[in-house]
Amino acid sequence: MRLINRRPAPGVARLLALIPFVLVVVAYLIGSGIRLAENPSDKLLPSFASFAAAINRMAFQLDPRTGDILLLVDTEASLYRLFAALAIAVIIGLVLGIVIGLLPYFRAGLGSFVAVVSMVPPLALLPILFITMGLGEASKIALIVIGVAPCLVRDVALRVGDLPPQQSIKAQTLGASTWQIILRVVLPQTLPRLIDSLRLQIGPAWLFLIAAEAIASESGLGYRIFLVRRYLAMDVILPYVAWITLLAFLMDRTLAVLQRRAFPWFEAARASG
Amino acid sequence: MNAIIVKDVWKEYDGRVILEGINLEIAPRAFVALVGPSGCGKTTFLRMLLSEERPDRGTITIAGAPLPREPGADRGVVFQRYSVFPHLTVLGNVVLGLELKAAPLLGRLFGSSRRAAEDEARGMLAAVGLAGSEEKYPAQLSGGMQQRLALAQALIAKPKVLLLDEPFGALDPGIRAEIHVLMQKLWHERPLTVVMVTHDLSEAFSLGTRVIAFERRRNEPSDGGRYGATITRDFEVWPKRIAGEPRPSKKKTMPGRDDPVPSTGSLRDDPALQGDTP
Ligand SMILES: Nc1ncnc2c1ncn2[C@@H]1O[C@H](COP(=O)(O)OP(=O)(O)O)[C@@H](O)[C@H]1O
Ligand SMILES: [Mg+2]
Repeated sequence: MRLINRRPAPGVARLLALIPFVLVVVAYLIGSGIRLAENPSDKLLPSFASFAAAINRMAFQLDPRTGDILLLVDTEASLYRLFAALAIAVIIGLVLGIVIGLLPYFRAGLGSFVAVVSMVPPLALLPILFITMGLGEASKIALIVIGVAPCLVRDVALRVGDLPPQQSIKAQTLGASTWQIILRVVLPQTLPRLIDSLRLQIGPAWLFLIAAEAIASESGLGYRIFLVRRYLAMDVILPYVAWITLLAFLMDRTLAVLQRRAFPWFEAARASG
Repeated sequence: MNAIIVKDVWKEYDGRVILEGINLEIAPRAFVALVGPSGCGKTTFLRMLLSEERPDRGTITIAGAPLPREPGADRGVVFQRYSVFPHLTVLGNVVLGLELKAAPLLGRLFGSSRRAAEDEARGMLAAVGLAGSEEKYPAQLSGGMQQRLALAQALIAKPKVLLLDEPFGALDPGIRAEIHVLMQKLWHERPLTVVMVTHDLSEAFSLGTRVIAFERRRNEPSDGGRYGATITRDFEVWPKRIAGEPRPSKKKTMPGRDDPVPSTGSLRDDPALQGDTP
């Protein structure tokens, strides 16, 4: 049989999914074992025991200097910035995306502007943000918004433009005004599609967050990673990276579930084109 | 009365003449079936009646007044596809027309006014044979049921004119015959003028009071788009169909060749758990 027609049984598929994870862990253990055998105080590839100690110190003990649980404080600070920024970006994406996608005057006026703005590398703007908005929360949130919102705007505008033109005609023959068409026809069909593009923007959002925290911050997951880097504390950095990955993964899954639950019509409607 | 008068209408796209010299007077309560080869401009003509497009030359008037510049609730429409909203339930699709009319700001009704609108919508759904499917989404309906829903949705806004663009073109023959019966019933019961585009001649004759054919008189490639389609035939269907006067019931036992297939109780395309048949 051709390879394209061969399918793994469900159990086999789950096993296959595990293999790359296991391979990475095994490769790490071997590398770490070799290095630690040569030099027991090696910091580059710490043993799992030192991970456990570091995790215990960061996540379950009060920090002797500040009296806080560091992982908790860092996570709170980072998630606050991330969620605030994503909320702002979603609102910008919806408002601008819908008016650009639906209203010819706004498309003519803003379409190319947004296309150009979305090409500006956000990190290059970071110094400007620090200069104009200071080193506080505002500049970090602004960086994420600037990095994520233009993509959301363009994607929402495209999705709105993809709605069959018959729908807008149909709504007009039911007496709908432009505002009513936005509220009852366009917005509810845009929201599940917005979730799709938001899921794709979670990665970039974390990227901008950690970049901002690395450069100027007193808390946050990115701040901690770059702080302990000075002591080559791989035993802290790697668990932090894994924790960030887990958080991002959970956000992605949550959005996927939200899309299925809140918009039960969407899957079938998308399938039937 | 609400006659539609089309006077010397021309339409071009990109320098190509699509329609030329269309003259047509549609009597109130008529059921006009528009036939013609694919690509001859039937949809274009319907889009002009909808105000989705404007004629390059000529005028269209309804009840003596020029056509409004944009689509409105006076003219309802059913397309072959995409007529209903995928994000609303069957009931939601029909209630929508009432909500848009009554709630300019939110486009939504609440409380007792919502219940009243739902009752009216349920009545309309029962009339098109969709009772029992209120909570489904359109994607869960068969093609025939989706078009029944599209009819209910259009009719709840009480349009004077109903425009249909090959509404039953994608349906299987048996289901199409059933929906023809429904279409006739709706036209008899409501104060509607219908203009229906179809590529199916037998459908045109089995539903219409009048069949109009669009065709290009000259269709040489060397013409380079200088000639458009125009009305080449205009039949009054015989024996005359009169709105509000369904055929005598003897037709039920001996249907004429051009009659819709008679209803036989439960319909193939009806939802399975249905109390009353239309
Ligand atoms: N928006 C448009 N722009 C350019 N050409 C169009 C447009 N709409 C329709 N046409 C052309 O007009 C002709 C008639 O189209 P249409 O009215 O859809 O035909 P029919 O419905 O009779 O099959 C076709 O050749 C089509 O390509
Ligand atoms: Mg057509």
